[in-house]
Amino acid sequence: MRLLAAILALMVAPAYAVTLKWAAQNDILTMDPHSQNHATTHAIMQYAYEGLTRYSKDYQIEPCLATSWDKVSETQYRFHLRKNVKFHDGSPFTADDVVFSFGRIKQPQGTNQIYVAGIKEVKKVDDTTVDLMLEGPHPLLLKNIVDFRIMSKSWSEKNRSQNIQDYSKQEETYASRNTNGTGPYLIKGWEPDKRIVMAVNKEWWGKLDGNITDVIYTPIKSDATRVSALLSGEVDLVTDLPTQDVERLRKEPALKILDGHEVRTIFIGLDQHNDELKYANVKGKNPFKDLRVRKALNMAIDREAIRKVTMRGLSIPAGIMIAPGVHGHSKDIDIVPKFDPAAAKKLLAEAGYPDGFEFTLDCPNNRYVNDEKICQALVSMWAKAGVRVKLNAMQFATYIPKLLNFDTSAYMLGWGVPTFDGLYTLQSLVHTKTKGADGSFNQGRISDKKLDEIIDQLKIETDTNKRDALLKQGLEITRDQAYYVPLHHQMRPWAMKKGVTIVYSLDDRPQARFATVK
Amino acid sequence: MILRRLWEHDLAWSFRRSPVTIVATALTLIWVGAALLAPWVSPQDPFDMASLNLSDAFTPPAWDEKGIGRYPLGTDNQGRDILSTIMHGARISLGVGLAAVLFALVLGVSLGLLAGYLGGRVEAIIMRIADVQLSFPAILIALLIDGVARVALPGDRHDELAIPVLVLAIGFAGWVQYARTVRGSTMVEKSKEYVQAARVIGRRPLAIMLSHVLPNVMGPVLVIATIHIATAIITEATLSFLGVGVPATRPSLGTLIRIGNEFLYSGEWWITLFPGIALVVLVLSVNLLGDWLRDALNPKLR
Repeated sequence: MRLLAAILALMVAPAYAVTLKWAAQNDILTMDPHSQNHATTHAIMQYAYEGLTRYSKDYQIEPCLATSWDKVSETQYRFHLRKNVKFHDGSPFTADDVVFSFGRIKQPQGTNQIYVAGIKEVKKVDDTTVDLMLEGPHPLLLKNIVDFRIMSKSWSEKNRSQNIQDYSKQEETYASRNTNGTGPYLIKGWEPDKRIVMAVNKEWWGKLDGNITDVIYTPIKSDATRVSALLSGEVDLVTDLPTQDVERLRKEPALKILDGHEVRTIFIGLDQHNDELKYANVKGKNPFKDLRVRKALNMAIDREAIRKVTMRGLSIPAGIMIAPGVHGHSKDIDIVPKFDPAAAKKLLAEAGYPDGFEFTLDCPNNRYVNDEKICQALVSMWAKAGVRVKLNAMQFATYIPKLLNFDTSAYMLGWGVPTFDGLYTLQSLVHTKTKGADGSFNQGRISDKKLDEIIDQLKIETDTNKRDALLKQGLEITRDQAYYVPLHHQMRPWAMKKGVTIVYSLDDRPQARFATVK
Repeated sequence: MILRRLWEHDLAWSFRRSPVTIVATALTLIWVGAALLAPWVSPQDPFDMASLNLSDAFTPPAWDEKGIGRYPLGTDNQGRDILSTIMHGARISLGVGLAAVLFALVLGVSLGLLAGYLGGRVEAIIMRIADVQLSFPAILIALLIDGVARVALPGDRHDELAIPVLVLAIGFAGWVQYARTVRGSTMVEKSKEYVQAARVIGRRPLAIMLSHVLPNVMGPVLVIATIHIATAIITEATLSFLGVGVPATRPSLGTLIRIGNEFLYSGEWWITLFPGIALVVLVLSVNLLGDWLRDALNPKLR
């Protein structure tokens, strides 16, 4: 009898199983949700773990593990937690888990502290209520905590994973290899560089918007192989499409393309701190400290040609440091510098470089869409204005430590905005460098008192109109002072089989709960 | 008179009788000419970044309706003229190939002479190293040396040192053949009377090796060297194709094929096809020349 039941179960189960096979370029770094602030890792971890708030399909904040919240005062928010929510291991979700997760994500060996920046303390009021005590007014709180994921206190303690793994020392813990969240999908297994298998969480408190019961994520490094996998029908959905293949995939009758732009801006950063550039032939002074030189570099770039040729139309030329879709962006301030090599040459001559000068541009070659090719194009464009540039392209893994050690004179970087507010970019890239979140990626060490004041005010300004005006001013000063050389905002279309329906997400993270496969 | 003697020489006779060899020689000469004269005859200098125009990128070959006469074989993704890049690329490919062969030849012949003439422990050590190295494919050894050099050298000098490193890597991967051949011939020559006579009159071993033995073992070495040039060019192309060879701003044929490979799906076939054909023709003609030389110098086949 039992055997019969088992056979029946086997026969019945596949009828309801709908699998989404998704392939992208990179693998996750870890399964510890607090360890690494890394796009792919967050994209997968949000399947298993949840935060207090989340984004809806149209990028509005909606309740998640918290059902509602009240502002007690400017520095105190009370969150009412969802009742009867269970972690994947069956243990109940309570206020203790929120307090525990807050203490955990703040540990210094992790890189996700930015998501709880501005929160002084999380206080348990009762089992289903917590108070977030803030350091000051925090207009972005609800957006900021979306990627602050809640772990189970009892499970972490039982498995000796109260501490975040020390990723830089290649430490592995139980939590870096296993998951236990409250999210819509359970991670069944992770074979590094091969696949991640997920199955729907039948006990989930929410309701799926689609019909996906199983997800198989496959990281495929090679562009051509990833596209072939889609063409041969091996996978249903491909993100990280190589730009040159998009047009061809559009013509495939069995496929469809979902267009969208990621909220990420690609730019060149310049060392504006050292008195002499480390990698340049100018001795005794730093040409990048001169506004005319920075302007000339901006004007010598034909962003439209990069869009058309290198990006095959899949970019939006940029004049400011945030992309459309990020609060603070508007067409009237995102003015692309006019391409004018002759004027650039003249500006350089005025600045004292009639014959140009020479510097080295550091560039990643496996991180952003066409990163190295864009850098090559820049080298040739700047050469026409008389600036000779040596290109030093390398893998992202060796690139990042180099940047963090300020071992660069000019570098390419892309900045995405998970909070969808321009403050995130200004605070990380433009604010004078500090040990904390201010200037956390200001590797050119720009320092502008006026901008610092604006940014500090932005963090606490709660009047929407005043805040928007400040944000606009901050972005405009950054643009007019040419502190950075913005190139473009990336567009990241997804390709999928005709039978797949999914909602495009601006952070380039497909969510299976919004997907249907026919 | 000399010309006439040359014309009637055995080698010349066998050369005249082999149309394949004549074609191969002609092609090789064209290649060498193109490589040597590239800076003067190529339509564009692909290494001068200021001369590149991004808006000309992906221009198809001239006979295509979208082609431009200025770019007879089309352009690559940065607007480089493919024909000019092939000519400059061949310069790098041939240069690296020749230099690597020369390095391998000098190293291999010296070690082979030492091993064959001195015998004993010296021979045992040299030949065991050679045996161990023979059990690995040459490309693997070249990759290993290149990889180690990359880690050991300072990051910002990679590009300048890429070509010397490549020459050393490919050379080191190829010395074994020379050493084995030379050791064999040396052992045969060593027991001949002229060597014994030289020894009896008191010449030093080094002098005997260089002035008496060496000229008599060089025949096969030249044949190996000719064929090795083709292999070395292929190895360089493979390394560059894998992305560890010459930098992308100074492309060799292998780099060009790699760059073009990304654009096969999207229909820009000329970026990879023409450098590919160029590589095949170059390697094939050098190889045919080597084959002919081997046959012509082999007394058993005459």
